[in-house]
Amino acid sequence: MSSKSIAELICPAPLPAKDTVLLGHGSGGKLSADLLREVFLPFLNNPVLARLDDQAVVAINGQRVAITTDSFVVKPLFFPGGDIGSLAVHGTVNDLAMGGAVPLFLSAAFILEEGLAVEQLKRVVNSMQRAAEAAGVQVVTGDTKVVEKGKGDGLFITTTGIGVVPEGVELSADRAQPGDKVLLSGPIGEHGIAILAQREGLEFETTIKSDSAPLHTLVARMLGASREIRCMRDPTRGGVSSTLNEIAQQSRVSIELEEWTIPVSEDVRGACELLGLDPLYVANEGKLVAIVAPEAADPILQAMRKHSLGKEASIIGSVQEEHAGLGRVMMRTTLGTKRIVDMLAGDQLPRIC
Amino acid sequence: MKYLDEYRDQRIAHALVAEIFQVTTRPWVLMEICGGQTHTIMRYGLDELLPRGVELVHGPGCPVCVTPLETIDKAIELALRPDVILVSYGDMLRVPGSKSDLFRAKALGADVRIAYSPLEAVKIARARPDRKVVFLAIGFETTAPANAMAAWQAKREGLTNFSMLVSHVLVPPAIRALMASAENRVQGFIAPGHVCTVMGCGEYERLVADFRVPIVVGGFEPVDLLEAILMLVKQLEAGEARLENQYVRSVSYKGTVMAQQIMAEVFEVADQKWRGLGPIPRSGLRLSEKYGDLDADRVFGLAALTVDEPAECMSAQVLQGLRKPTECPAFAIRCTPENPLGAPMVSSEGACAAYYQYRRHAKAS
Repeated sequence: MSSKSIAELICPAPLPAKDTVLLGHGSGGKLSADLLREVFLPFLNNPVLARLDDQAVVAINGQRVAITTDSFVVKPLFFPGGDIGSLAVHGTVNDLAMGGAVPLFLSAAFILEEGLAVEQLKRVVNSMQRAAEAAGVQVVTGDTKVVEKGKGDGLFITTTGIGVVPEGVELSADRAQPGDKVLLSGPIGEHGIAILAQREGLEFETTIKSDSAPLHTLVARMLGASREIRCMRDPTRGGVSSTLNEIAQQSRVSIELEEWTIPVSEDVRGACELLGLDPLYVANEGKLVAIVAPEAADPILQAMRKHSLGKEASIIGSVQEEHAGLGRVMMRTTLGTKRIVDMLAGDQLPRIC
Repeated sequence: MKYLDEYRDQRIAHALVAEIFQVTTRPWVLMEICGGQTHTIMRYGLDELLPRGVELVHGPGCPVCVTPLETIDKAIELALRPDVILVSYGDMLRVPGSKSDLFRAKALGADVRIAYSPLEAVKIARARPDRKVVFLAIGFETTAPANAMAAWQAKREGLTNFSMLVSHVLVPPAIRALMASAENRVQGFIAPGHVCTVMGCGEYERLVADFRVPIVVGGFEPVDLLEAILMLVKQLEAGEARLENQYVRSVSYKGTVMAQQIMAEVFEVADQKWRGLGPIPRSGLRLSEKYGDLDADRVFGLAALTVDEPAECMSAQVLQGLRKPTECPAFAIRCTPENPLGAPMVSSEGACAAYYQYRRHAKAS
């Protein structure tokens, strides 16, 4: 245990995660962002893609159309509060809704693993139909492929959606401004914990259900209350913290949250305490985060609370000038101190003891 | 949340801080042993609430950080064998060995599974008699009883395809090594509440007597830690050195006897190498002779594999409380959680990760 000067010290050899795709690249955290920046954008870049919103908004003959696509690889296929079918509809409807678009049509591509029970597939497709009907969208085209046993995980679904963006609605993650308020539509972490509780090896009983739900009618209600919404995002994988970090980065601002204003149900808090997870990083499938002009915050909040999916909406923080050397997203804790709310590198891993 | 919110209560916390200010007349250096405690301190910014002279340094209580390189290399080597299923606590998967880590091994096709309980590994062994299931049994006294239980269960069932790669460490010998070091600055310890829940706090009495150093067993919530700090400062200011227990709602003098019994049944105390700290006599646990046939080292003939650690590593200084993570020139520049140079940046319980996650801005000031 001898002491050496700092200059003499070295650390074990670095292992940059650049040569192989790891599971962490799919976590929605920094590794996912690296993949986007270093692999996809250099080849596929264009002004629409470069906005990095959850949906692309393009004009066709003067009509603004939103397009989005999303793949669903959830395991187990059926979970409390939903299944891969309803999730595939809600996820894509929500990505359209976050651009302020009215969702209209979906496509669905199925990758089936040899050996999947047709009965299961029927249940999934039936659930998709019910979810689509409830959301007022139609699945108008699709595709199926089958891969050999062991080459898939039962069933993967990719859905693509299009919708129209009403006149005067302009939402993008680069529009947040100092002074804006941050709104959250309800308690966080329910989808991620519901899925985790179902996974093999985690034997705890819980009544937590996925919050999977289509958000476009809530969005319509919000836009009805005020058009002063800068941007909206549904905090899916990576949770609220990743979403807010992305917005802060794209808008070149900082965001300050107040810990005590963030709604988390008792059940989710309990499960997170037990597993050593932070609900801010846990996935949601029926919640939205909105950045709105300060004067519009109250009317929008009131409108959200009148909708069944926004009853527990709250203002969780505000947008500030970008300050150098500080984290992009900061949190004022219940004790009055401040800490960084960082984007995670990969998935959250449960602690050892 | 009942039984937790009280320990995060702003008024109680601020009252404790006020009392710490009242009793402090001189500077003191205190060490919290456990990485979980370090995280609470960083997450709530407790160190920023304290009088200027009361310095918290962070101890070696991060199980992932102190697991030696060769254990990780062995785990990777085993995981890459087609007949092996390697089962581990999730936190271990991202820790770099000398060349790779378990996440990378998994990406290359190794069957690596994350378990929340070691008994899960036994269950897999039962279900897959065609494969050899190896559980990576690491950690402090907190994980030892459950790991021991897995070995006991596997032996009772006569499972021949289950083994454990063991790298267990013990807290008291580490405190002894820190105190015996010529460079030691620590004047009082917050002992780890979870470890003491298992082992009781009685075994810390010897350390208090041998080094005349106050030790307070502390919990993991902000109010727990502030109260433990207050108890330490009061002792130091009065020139006392006693063992005290702040975490009375969980820790007794004797600890959890049943847990100690299963540990004694399965493990025996042995010399142990710590990543960053080097070898410390009688500071670890290995499988006892009776359970030797479950020892993965023996089953797979791995014992010969030894890996030299880099001659010096900054993380050693961090794990001994000699340096703060922010003093490292690589911190938050070349060394980040997505590209960790040392184990304390990898584990969610590592001190560097705690500073990075909650306190990166401290570097600028």
